[in-house]
Amino acid sequence: MAAKPILYYFDGRGRMESVRWLLAAAGVEFEEVLLETAEEFDSLIKDGKLMYQQLPMVEIDGMKMVQTRAILRYIAGKYNLYGKDLKEQVLIDMYTEGMKELSDLFMLVPFAALEDWEKSVKFITEKATQRFLPVYEKALKDQGKNYLVGNQLSWADVFLLEVILMVEECKSDALSAFPKLQEFKAAISKLPRIHKFLQPGSPRRPPMDEAGLEAAKKLFNLEKGLLFKYSTIVLVEL
Amino acid sequence: MAGKPKLYYFDGRGRMESVRWLLAAAGVEFEEVLFETAEDFENLIKGGKLMYDQVPMVEMDGMYMVQTRAILRYIATKYNLYGKDLKERAIIDMYVEGMRDMNDMIMLFPLSLPEEKQKNLNYILERATQRFFPVYEKALQDHGKNYLVGNQLSWADVQLIEVILMVEELKSGILSAFPKLQEFKARVIKLPRIQKFLQPGSPRKPPVDDASFEVSRKIYKIDKNLVLKHMS
Repeated sequence: MAAKPILYYFDGRGRMESVRWLLAAAGVEFEEVLLETAEEFDSLIKDGKLMYQQLPMVEIDGMKMVQTRAILRYIAGKYNLYGKDLKEQVLIDMYTEGMKELSDLFMLVPFAALEDWEKSVKFITEKATQRFLPVYEKALKDQGKNYLVGNQLSWADVFLLEVILMVEECKSDALSAFPKLQEFKAAISKLPRIHKFLQPGSPRRPPMDEAGLEAAKKLFNLEKGLLFKYSTIVLVEL
Repeated sequence: MAGKPKLYYFDGRGRMESVRWLLAAAGVEFEEVLFETAEDFENLIKGGKLMYDQVPMVEMDGMYMVQTRAILRYIATKYNLYGKDLKERAIIDMYVEGMRDMNDMIMLFPLSLPEEKQKNLNYILERATQRFFPVYEKALQDHGKNYLVGNQLSWADVQLIEVILMVEELKSGILSAFPKLQEFKARVIKLPRIQKFLQPGSPRKPPVDDASFEVSRKIYKIDKNLVLKHMS
C-alpha cells in the first residue's frame, strides 16, 4: 500500500507551493518535512537524497524526485490531470510554462533589493496583465467553458488559479479587465478539493514575509548563484 | 500530408538548439525561418502566432508551439524518446531539467560583464564537474547500460550529448574524471542520426561569437542594462 508523499522544503511557498496545489487538486494527502537550518539542509545533501543538492524534493512512489517540473509532470500524469492525448498535453505544457515564468517572477519579488520593491511589483504585475493573463482569458473565451484545455480539470487550471491569486495579492483588481478569468476563478475555487485547500489549516502557505525571507536566506545560503539585473530591478536566480 | 516542422528563431543556438538536436535524433527533417533584424521579429509578433510574443516557436502538426520545454516534450513523446512508462519519464525529466539548468548558464554566459567572465566561467565548470556530470556518471555506472534511462535512446541521452559538447567547447578535457561519460560520448556520437547532425552542413549552429551575439542583442532588444552578475 502506497505511503503518502513526503515534501521536503522550508516552511514557505517558494517552488514547492505549486506541488502542494497539485497534490491537493488530485485529492492526495501528503506529509511535509520543513527544514529550518542550513545544517538540516546539509544533512539531506550528505545523505545523498538530493540528486542536484537542491530542493524541492518529494519522496513519492519509491522515488526521491527533484526538479519542480519533473515532480509536477509526474503528479499530473499519474492523477489524470494532463489531458487526454498528446495534443492536449502540449497545450497544457504551453500554458503551464508561461504560468511558471510568471510564478517565478512573483516568487522572486521578496528578494528584490528593498529600494526596488515597488518597481519590481509594478514590473511584474504589468507582465502578468499584459503578457500572460490575456492569453488565458482568450483561451477560456475560445473554449467556452471553465477549463483551459479539453473537457476536464487539468494541471493548467490548477496552476492558473494559483497564479491568479498570487497576482491579486500584489494588485487586488488585477482581473478587472478579464471577465472570463473572473468566472474561472469563481468556478474553480468552488471545486471541493480546491475549496478545501483554500481553507485555513490547509497545507497552503501564506505569502512570504520578512521573517520568512530571512529564514530562506539562511537556509539556502543565497550568496551563491547568478544575479540578473534589469535596469534597477534585481532578480535572483536560485 | 504533414509538412516538415518549421523552426522560427534567429540564426544561432540559444534555446532552439535543443530542439534541433532532438528532431535530428528523431530522424525528422525540418525547415528554419531565421530572422535577422528586430523588424523580422516584430512582424512575427504582429502576425499573432507567438502565444507569449516569444520565440522559440515551432510550427508542427497544425500547431504553433512555443515554450521550449513544451516543444521538446511533444517531440520526445511523439517519437518515442520519452521512456516506456511514467516512472521512466520521471527519471528522464529529472535528468533533462538539470541539463537545462546547465544549458541556461552556458547560454547566458556571453552576457557576463567583461570583468566577471572568468569568474562565471569557473562557476559553470565547477557546477558541471561537481553537481551535474557526477549524477549522470553515476547513473551510467550503476546500471551499466548504454543509455541513461531504460534500454533505448531517450531525450535524456540527446540532451546529455549536447551539454557535454558545449561544456567541452568552454574547456576541453572536462570529462577527464568521468570515464563512463567518455564512453557514453564516444558511443552516442557514432549513432547515425547524431553523426549526421555533427557533420558540417547540418542544421547544428556554431558556438556564440561576438558578432552573432550582437545580432541577437539587436533582435531581442536586450537592454544594455541586462547583465549577468555573479556573486560568489
